[in-house]
Amino acid sequence: MSNLSRRAWLGMGAAEGSDWVTRSPRELIRDDHFPNVPLITHEGERVRFYDDLIKDKFVTINMVYTSCKLACPLVTANLVRVQDLLKERVGRDLFMYSITIDPKRDTPRVLKRFASAHGVGKGWQFLTGKPDDIEHLRRKLGFRWADPVRDANKDYHTGNLRYGNEPLMLWGTVPGIANPSWVAKCILFVDRSGSGHASRLECCTASS
Amino acid sequence: MHLLKHGPGKRALKAFDNRQEIIKAGLSRRDLLKLGILTGAGCLVDGFTSRSAIAGSPPTRAFVDLLPTVRDGTMPVQTALTLNPAPTAAPNTAAGEGRTITHQAFNQFPAQKFYGVTQKAGQVLVSPDLPAQTLWGFAVGTPDMNNPITVPGPLYVAHYGEPIIVRNFNRLPPAGQNGGFGLPSVTTHLHNGHTPSESDGNPCDFFEIGRFYDQHYPNVLAGINSTHPGTGDINEAMSTLWYHDHRVDFTAQNVYKGLAGFYALFNQFDTGDELTGFHLPSFPQFDIHMMFADKVFDSRTGLLAFDLFNLDGILGDRFTVNGKIQPVLHVSPRRYRFRWLDAGPSRFYQFFLTDLNNLGAHNLFWQISTDGNLRPTPKQVESVRISVAERADVIIDFTPFAGKTLYLENRLQQNDGRGPTDHVIKPAGQGDRVLQIVVDGPQVADNSGNPATMKFYSLPDATATPRVSRTFVFDNSGPGWQINGRSFDCNQVRFTVQQNSVEKWTLVNDGGDWEHPIHIHFEEFQTLSINGRAPTDSPLVNTGRKDVLRLEADATAVLFFRFRDFLGKYPLHCHNTVHEDHAMMLRWDIAPVGDTNTTP
Repeated sequence: MSNLSRRAWLGMGAAEGSDWVTRSPRELIRDDHFPNVPLITHEGERVRFYDDLIKDKFVTINMVYTSCKLACPLVTANLVRVQDLLKERVGRDLFMYSITIDPKRDTPRVLKRFASAHGVGKGWQFLTGKPDDIEHLRRKLGFRWADPVRDANKDYHTGNLRYGNEPLMLWGTVPGIANPSWVAKCILFVDRSGSGHASRLECCTASS
Repeated sequence: MHLLKHGPGKRALKAFDNRQEIIKAGLSRRDLLKLGILTGAGCLVDGFTSRSAIAGSPPTRAFVDLLPTVRDGTMPVQTALTLNPAPTAAPNTAAGEGRTITHQAFNQFPAQKFYGVTQKAGQVLVSPDLPAQTLWGFAVGTPDMNNPITVPGPLYVAHYGEPIIVRNFNRLPPAGQNGGFGLPSVTTHLHNGHTPSESDGNPCDFFEIGRFYDQHYPNVLAGINSTHPGTGDINEAMSTLWYHDHRVDFTAQNVYKGLAGFYALFNQFDTGDELTGFHLPSFPQFDIHMMFADKVFDSRTGLLAFDLFNLDGILGDRFTVNGKIQPVLHVSPRRYRFRWLDAGPSRFYQFFLTDLNNLGAHNLFWQISTDGNLRPTPKQVESVRISVAERADVIIDFTPFAGKTLYLENRLQQNDGRGPTDHVIKPAGQGDRVLQIVVDGPQVADNSGNPATMKFYSLPDATATPRVSRTFVFDNSGPGWQINGRSFDCNQVRFTVQQNSVEKWTLVNDGGDWEHPIHIHFEEFQTLSINGRAPTDSPLVNTGRKDVLRLEADATAVLFFRFRDFLGKYPLHCHNTVHEDHAMMLRWDIAPVGDTNTTP
């Protein structure tokens, strides 16, 4: 193969070098991970996932279901404390999303009751939608496991919190039940505004 | 789940599942064959998995580019320079240093040489069939020297007894210009130097764009301030180290993007000159570093792609060695030392030497080190298995292969990021040929020693009674990747080791088909047992001093440590960098007084 000319190689069906598509990496991330599926918030508002929730925003995303007995209540309670730590930023320039993985049961009304019971504040939306759309979204957002048995168990999708800054193409993950102060600091890793910088330095200097 | 685990139908099920996903994606069988994704028999080409959100790489030719090496001048070597302002023990915050902790051994081991290295973006070619890639890498020297980056970064040639300071400059592009992944906030770990904590490149000691960070590498043997005052224990000597970004939560992205390189540490025995010391093949002519990293390139743009939302681990379908896809190395018919490193992010390799014209041959060679630490004697092997961050130095005698073409072939099957599937070894010639070795160089003198009669260092004593025995369970219950039921937090000290004490650590893999390459910073360990039995060296080498333990599915390993000399924080973590970034890590500290927490 190494002795083939470039021309012969291309003749065998390889992509022509000049055929590369010029696409911004931001568009590619959107295409690969953020389907613009319709969703409904726990307040009953109809939204589109990419256009209304992700585009140009600094966000957190996790998956929950209200009948969950294991991680979800703990994670949700923990994230309420995270929301408290992030104060007025949530709802102003940082938005929190919890997507139900059990959309048949978790109607907007059920989600609203769940959010109220946990004392969820403004700027944090619980979301439901059509089962196929939710499943598509789950896989695109990588709340999935290679092991099909594991992947079929809803409890294994509820532990991680994605945090990201869409315009800056920065995405990370932290366990939702980590210490709330640590979760808050991790979220701020992708906040590249001035206030976030100070938080980052402060976050990890402890050596005593 | 366990019924399925060893069942014959599991892989078939998985293949079916993968194919169904692809069919759903609307690609025809003809498309797949054309793309090289499906084999004629209808199986997915190994190394490609639809589990990734990213489709397979565009076609690339193998064995076109030459392997970049120090020998050929295509892998740069760091050169000493004068740093201005001069390094200080305390952080020079006013001058823009991002370090926050005073150097603890600055005066005891004054630096004799100074280096600058600049982390920035640059254009790099990985294959003649792909467009130039904008990667992040290390450039020799200070930012004003304006040298180009290379991937891997420049090689450090260091010597025991010669302390150095490396000033790392962060000149990465601002957020929003990362090409889709990578956080421009860094901390460079020297894996696995006997380095004071503040210079170790701890995941939590990251620094931002525009700043620099002075790292003080004493290049001393373990024991220098304790068991072997003034000299250190020669039996703790290390040879092959590497450096890589270790930014908490973003290590996988940043290393995948290019932030890694080699650090060679010589002494009076491992001299780099085959006429002296242990008579190992001379550096750099016959002593060649090789960094293995598997990658995926976007089929639309031809550019390096990273699956941002993966939990299991990421596999690439293109195999790079020293930054080039399936390169070529020309050698002379004589002995060579190769230094192999698996740079991740998640793949395990088992390398064989393959002659396509003689597939039945058992081509033997000598493994001389584990994780860069020379063994007591070389061990003749047919293959070497390395997981992420593991190193193996080998000596291969190419004399019997004069005029032939060989391949370094990875025959270990791996279908997804969890680990190698049931340790299936593929037939010779059907694995991933990562490097072509052409034995067409001129006849040259070989003054290197015969590995069959070489003797290196003795193993340090591992019979001392531990001050404390600790157990670490690695699992993935509902909340995600954990150690002893908890996840990483920079500010949480999980346990404290007493300085200059002996400890026994038991690592337990508790769940699923995962294999975890577990890395412990700072001190090398010896494996006392695996699943209750003493480790063996046949067919794979499992003894010797190491810093990464391949923790296989459902396995238990007991490790012996002697923690000496320096103080401060260090991590223990899974080096599958995807698991690591999902918090499968913990912080432990060394202090004058330790605790006795047995399940921290």
